[in-house]
Order: sequence, then structure tokens, then C-alpha cells
Amino acid sequence: MSESLTCDVVVVGAGVVGAATALYAGRAGLDTVVVDRGPVAGGTTGAGEGNLLVSDKEPGPELELALLSSRLWAALAREGLGRAVEYEAKGGVVVAGTDRALAGLEKLAAEQRAAGVEAVPVPPDALTDLEPYLAPGLAGGMHYPQDAQVMPALAAAHLLRASKARVLTGREVTGVLRGPDGAVRGVRTDRGVLHAPAVVNAAGTWGGEVAARAGVSLPVLPRRGFVLVTEPLPPRIRHKVYAADYVADVASDSAALHTSPVVEGTPAGPVLIGASRERVGFDRSLSLPALRALAAGATGLFPFLAGVRALRTYAGFRPYLPDHLPAIGPDARAPGLFHACGHEGAGIGLATGTGHLLAQVLSGRTPDLDLFPFRPDRFTEEAE
Amino acid sequence: MRTDLAVVGAGPAGLAAALAACARGVRVTLVDAAAQPGGQYYRQPAAGLGAARPEALHHRWRTWKRLRDGLAAHAVHVLTDHHVWSAERTPDGFTVHALLGPEQDQPVEVRARAVLLATGGYEKVLPFPGWTLPGVVTAGGAQAMLKGGLAVPGRRAVVAGTGPLLLPVATGLAAAGVEVAALVESAGPGRLARHGRALAGKLPEGAGYAARLLRHRVPVLTRHTVVRAHGDDRLTGVTVASLDAEGRVRPGTERHLDCDALAVGHGMLPHTDLAESLGCRLDGLTVAIDPEQRTDVPGVWAAGEATGVGGADLALAEGHIAGCSAAAHLRGTAPGPAPAALKARAKLRRSAAALDSAYAPPAHWPEQITDDTVVCRCEEVTAGAVREALDLGAGDERTVKLLTRAGMGWCQGRMCGTAVAGLAGCPPAPGKRPFARPVPLGVLARQHPQEGPS
Amino acid sequence: MNPLELAGARPGPAFTVTFDGRPVEALPGQTVAAALWAAGVTSWRSTRSQGRPRGVFCGIGVCFDCLVTVNGLPNRRACLVPVRPGDVIATQDGTGQEEACHAD
Repeated sequence: MSESLTCDVVVVGAGVVGAATALYAGRAGLDTVVVDRGPVAGGTTGAGEGNLLVSDKEPGPELELALLSSRLWAALAREGLGRAVEYEAKGGVVVAGTDRALAGLEKLAAEQRAAGVEAVPVPPDALTDLEPYLAPGLAGGMHYPQDAQVMPALAAAHLLRASKARVLTGREVTGVLRGPDGAVRGVRTDRGVLHAPAVVNAAGTWGGEVAARAGVSLPVLPRRGFVLVTEPLPPRIRHKVYAADYVADVASDSAALHTSPVVEGTPAGPVLIGASRERVGFDRSLSLPALRALAAGATGLFPFLAGVRALRTYAGFRPYLPDHLPAIGPDARAPGLFHACGHEGAGIGLATGTGHLLAQVLSGRTPDLDLFPFRPDRFTEEAE
Repeated sequence: MRTDLAVVGAGPAGLAAALAACARGVRVTLVDAAAQPGGQYYRQPAAGLGAARPEALHHRWRTWKRLRDGLAAHAVHVLTDHHVWSAERTPDGFTVHALLGPEQDQPVEVRARAVLLATGGYEKVLPFPGWTLPGVVTAGGAQAMLKGGLAVPGRRAVVAGTGPLLLPVATGLAAAGVEVAALVESAGPGRLARHGRALAGKLPEGAGYAARLLRHRVPVLTRHTVVRAHGDDRLTGVTVASLDAEGRVRPGTERHLDCDALAVGHGMLPHTDLAESLGCRLDGLTVAIDPEQRTDVPGVWAAGEATGVGGADLALAEGHIAGCSAAAHLRGTAPGPAPAALKARAKLRRSAAALDSAYAPPAHWPEQITDDTVVCRCEEVTAGAVREALDLGAGDERTVKLLTRAGMGWCQGRMCGTAVAGLAGCPPAPGKRPFARPVPLGVLARQHPQEGPS
Repeated sequence: MNPLELAGARPGPAFTVTFDGRPVEALPGQTVAAALWAAGVTSWRSTRSQGRPRGVFCGIGVCFDCLVTVNGLPNRRACLVPVRPGDVIATQDGTGQEEACHAD
């Protein structure tokens, strides 16, 4: 079946970022079509834990985006989407095993507070009030009430439905149409052409490929992560709980395996254990060393987990850019081309802010945040 | 421990492979989850039950005796009660990771130069209203409980579904004193006849079952299906109905059969989790192999149901051929499997293919699943929820799973995968289960060099 | 005819276990599931969300429907676990861990 469609915006990618972009673009009155070569949430979204975190971000543009996104997620939840996407404003607890780690955590929290983050110190003897099953002997921690959680695949599917956009799954974008002036005119797919004056690259880990099809370079690379999923349990872990070293791992440039555990319960019962990070390309094969490290970290935080069984594990690929900031906004090299990808492990959380800002740009308004740090062509400039 | 060849699974394929390799001078370790070798097909009554006539529960007893005596005569190292949860490639070969049963909380590792996967299969059951009621069991499950525990699911049973397994299950239950109210087979009598030539090898066996069904007065309803199981907290009866030539229920043909047990099955599915973890290529749902039973991963062989469902005789032939090939590879000699095994494999694969097309579930089975029917037994996801997910944009098993949790529970989609694919209208996809069974986090954690947060 | 007669079984002496507090006779070598079936019991778990009864389904350890609490340990597969004299078998509700495993 081949068809030709005309609309205001084509969003490439039916993950959570594409879905949020479609939602806010639709609300801005733009006729939007979402196209994906796979199903809804078929890429990194489907492999995500659903972290909506402010706690793991250092002050700067990403934290500003996270705070905006956090407010937008909460607003969507209030509008009635909360239940469908399993939104839980559960808060995060970051723990430190040593006084040194605690000092680092306190310093970070002080900077975050200045940027508008709520960060409440938790003395060691009060940790078990927040998390009764935590290991004894921790040096202390920090409570971040703004951290929250959604079920990522449900979030993508329900944001797409709420967007009222036309969603074309199983259809691959094979090229981006450019006019004689270089301006984007739409996309070519394996089943017809979609005409539009604006194309949004929300292809996540595959965003580099989509950019290449538009004739521009965007150095998105995969960073593999494993998640361990346990047997269903009664609610025992109330917050997102992770060790203070996590922030260092997130910001790390190293290709080697990093694992600092992020442990959380889910409404359905299983406990999720993330978040290994390693740069090994698109290799999905099982890595027992990564899983052992995750299990060791998680049982270190919550000793009762040692007797709990892992039912499954899966790998996902976080899309990252060299400076660990996403690409958001218009691409000066191809008028009409916009990017919304490269969110690394924070794409679920940052999706709402990203979609909101893009919708503002697409409809000719001034975005709520300065998009300069996220400009997609910033790597080309460095190369020059 | 270290060995040359680790054979995973002690059913017909694994036993034949272990014996063939051992006879050719290879150190073989045979790893199996059960308390005794035999697999599902040659499952033996537990020793404590003191069964003097176990052969009364079995077919092909002589073949089993030959395998059992061969195992006793050869130096195959047999590890029973070993539940393999993963297998990984290492620089010098492979490590098979197992949990010691029945508690399954202590790890054991078997290091081997080569691995032979004879992991067998499990039964496919397509959902219908009431299939989660206690008293509804898989046909193979009823047989396993009878062979291994000398226990039966009730006093009056219906055996239903499709496939060659239903015959021995019905006759086995009847011989054990269960009144079998009916054998309900969805395939029509003509379909089997049409495949007669390819099935020639199976026909004497079939004739034997027919005589036994007659002897036990088991009514056989072909081109019929169970449309609903009844009961509140346990099974009290089933509604069966006749199918038309297209496989649709013929309105007005429904009738009720009282029973307190329903043994139901719609064919077999292969266990391919370990093959996938090792990176072996699959061909559809089964492990892809070459004529020597080699997978595409050097050092990994596969035989039996994992490479294509075809019954015990085919598994024996494949196991033998695989064992010979593995031994030759490990010892640097030529494979030289018994010519009879090669001939048997070719013939049995043909009849397996014929059986497969003769015994197909009714073409329109997904239509019979009402919205309120639980499809994913673990997570209690209904057919209605699956259909809603399709409406939300899911078009395949994985996306349905992400949106509904169907397949995320204890069994990891082994029971519901086929049904979800059927409802989604796509072909069933392999499961992607890096853990072949649940593994305690403590076991994983103890294998890590450093523990705990800093 | 019954299965024991069919197989000419001469099991060791029967012993007693309890199921939800009432005594059940079991034979050496049987699994928990086989012993419960022989006693006419077909369900020993109630599901997490709907509270529906479940028992043996696949009979070979694949489906996990027959999960049961044995001697205080939840999530044992009744079709795999051998029954032992004095076993305390209890219907498992939901995850089976609502009370077990406290932080202290």
C-alpha cells in the first residue's frame, strides 16, 4: 500500500519523545503524523524503567529541562492520564555508603536546591522510615520528592492516543525530502510519501541514521543498559532508591561497564533493578558480569533481595551524544528539520519538556527554555 | 566442574547423544532438572513409590531399557536435580549455570569444551473460557503426573485439543482407572488419512491406541472442540461443539459433558532459551541446525524437540547424530553416525511434518476467546485487555506484552505467547528469555567480585 | 484400577503432612502436587489480582501455576517439590510474601 499524505508536522519515532512531541504539537493546533519503522515504544522506550528524575542531574540545562518536564508530567497526570500511564509521584532516595560519598551528595544537593530542586537530607537513623528494608550501616541519604515514575510503553501509547495524531507504525522513513532551497518538504517512506514543511527526528538511538537521511550528521551513539526484573512482591520499596555513585556513572565518559544500582518497586509487583551502562554498540547478547554487578549492588542496598528471584532481564540502548545533552530544536543546516533525540537514559523523564519546547518552536513561539545548549548542529561547529 | 561435552537434557535426544559421544571416547556430563534421567517421554515413577511395573505406563519400554542400561554401562557423568538457568560462552569453551534442586538456591557451574542442547519442549495450550479452573491441566501434565507421581487429576476426564499426544494420554488415564468421558480432537478423521503415506511409520502405533480406546470405551469426537470449561472454584464440566470444515464452531451443536478433569493440549513448543542466550540462530521457533545437528555457534549442537517437534524416535536419531558429530569435533575424527539413524531421521522428519499439518488447531481459534477470558495466566491479562492494546497501537507480541504485561509473569510468556500472537494476528515469535528459569539475586550477587554500595 | 495398582507400586510407608492445617496422607517419592491430587485437592493458590484458585496446569515445572507455600517458603512449584514427612503445606495467597521477609 502506497499513499501520499500532507500534514503540518511529521514526527519520526513512536517512542515516548515522539509521542510527547505529537501531543504538544497537536495541542498547538498542528496536524501531526507520527511514523515509526517498528511498533509503538519498540525502541529504547520499551526497554526503559520510566524514571522521571531530577535527583540525578547536576545544575545546568538538563536539570532545567528535567524540572520543566517534571511539572508537565504532573500536569498530564492531573488531566487524567496518570492512571493510564501508571504515574507515581513516589520520590527518590539517594543513599551514601560512606561519609565521603555523603559529602559529595550533600554538595550536589546544595547546588541542586539553588536550581529549584527539593532535596531533603535524611540522617542515617531516619533512612528506614523512608525505606524500611534498606541495609543497615549507610552513612546517610537525600530525599528528592520531585522524582517520579511512569510505565514507559503505556506512556508512549497513551500520549500518542491523546495527541490525536495519525500514527503509522511498521513504516520506515527512507529519505527526507528537500526542496531546491534546501528546505525540508516531508519524508519518503517505504510505503509512500508524507508531505510536511516540518520533520521532527525523534528516532532515539537511531536518530543519527534519520539525520543522515536528511543529509546532516548527528553523532548519536548507543550505550547499553541491562535491567533485572524480579518476581512479583508486595510493596516493599517505596521510592526510587539508588546509591550516590549513580550520578557519577551517568555523567561518565568511559566506555567500560558502570553499574550503580537503581532499585524500585512497580505497581504490578516486580522490583526493577537498573542501571548498567557500557558502550558496546548494538550488542544485545546477555552479559552475566553486568547482571552480577547489578544484583550485587541491589542486594547491597536491600539485603532481602538476595532471596528474591530474578525472572528476566533485558537490554536497551540509551541514545547519547558526546556531551551527554540531547539534541532539541531546529537544525540550521536543513530548514524545517527539527531534532528531539539523544536523551541517553533520561528520555522518558525529559520527553514532556522536549515535546513542549519543540511544539513552541514549531508553532513559531519563543520556547520556555533557551534551546542553545541543545542545538543539534553544535558538534559540527566543534569539528570545524 | 570440567568436562568435554555438557549435554543439557536427559530425555531421548540427550540420552542418545550422551551415549553416542561417550562411546566415542568423550568425557560427557549429562545435566537434567529431574530426579532421574528420562525426560518427559521416559519419565519414571519416583523411586520411593516402588513401582514394580513401570512399563505399564509407557510405550517403547525396550528402547528405554536400552538407554537406561547404556547409561549404566557407560561413564557418562549424570547430574540430576540440576536446573540450568543460563549458558554462556567463555574464552575456553562454555559454562553451563545450574541451580541445585529442588530448592534451586545453590549454584553449580559445569565448564565444557562443547555443549549439546537437548532441552525438549513443553505443551502449547490455546485459551478458551474456563481454562484457568483447577482441574484443567495440560495433556502432557496429566501424563507427567501419572508417570512420575502415579496420580490422576480426577475421576472423570475429558481429553481434548489436537495432536498425537492426546491418544496416549486418554488411554493412559483410562488404564489408570479414570473414566474418560471423551477424546475431543479438533482435526477431522479425513485429514489424518490424507497424510497416510508419510505417517506409515506411526500407523501401527495409532491402530494400537484405537484398540485401547475401544477397550476402555472412550468415545472419540473428531472435528470437535471444547468451547468452554464450567465450574466455580473447580471444574465441573465442559461444553464441546462440532467444527465445520473451516474450523468454526457449528452453532447448535454444543453439548455438555460432566467431568472433574480436562486434559488439554494443542501441540508442542520447543525450549530454545539456552540456545538464544548462546547466540544460536533460530529458524522460526526452533534452533537452526545443519545436517550434523550443529548450530551456527561453533561448539554448540542441538537435537530433539528444540530443533523441531517430532517425537521421541526422531529425538533419538537426532541425538545420536549430534553426539557422534560432537565427539568427532572434540577428538578430531570423522563423525560416522549410524546410517540407520540418518535414514530414520529423514523419514521421521517427513512424518513429523505430515502430523503437524494434520493436527492443526481450528483455524479460527482466536475468535473463540471471549474478552473476559484470561489469556496470560500469571498476570491475569484478559483477551479483552490484549485487544485493547492492539487498539492502542500494538501489532506484535512484544508490544502487547509491554502494554498489558501479558508474558511478564513467572512463566515468562511460555503459556500465553501463542495465544497473544494469535490474537494479534501475527506469527508467534521466540520468547527471548535470557534466564531459562528464575535465578535468586543472591546467586548472581555472590558471583560478583565486589559487593555493596560505596 | 488405580495408578498405583497399574504400576504395581509397593510404596514405602505413608506419612502425614498438613494442608491448610488438616492432615493429608502422602507417599514417599510423590511431589507435593501428586500428594494433594491423591487427597482430592486440586487448588492451592489464589491469584494476586483476582484471587482465583489455581493448581497444577503444565505438571512439568514450566507454567508456575502450581506455586504453593511449603514450610513457610512461598513460590515452590508443587509439581516439582518432593513431599516430605511433616511438611506444612499452605495455600499461597498472591505473592505469598505478604508476611514473610521483614527488614528487622
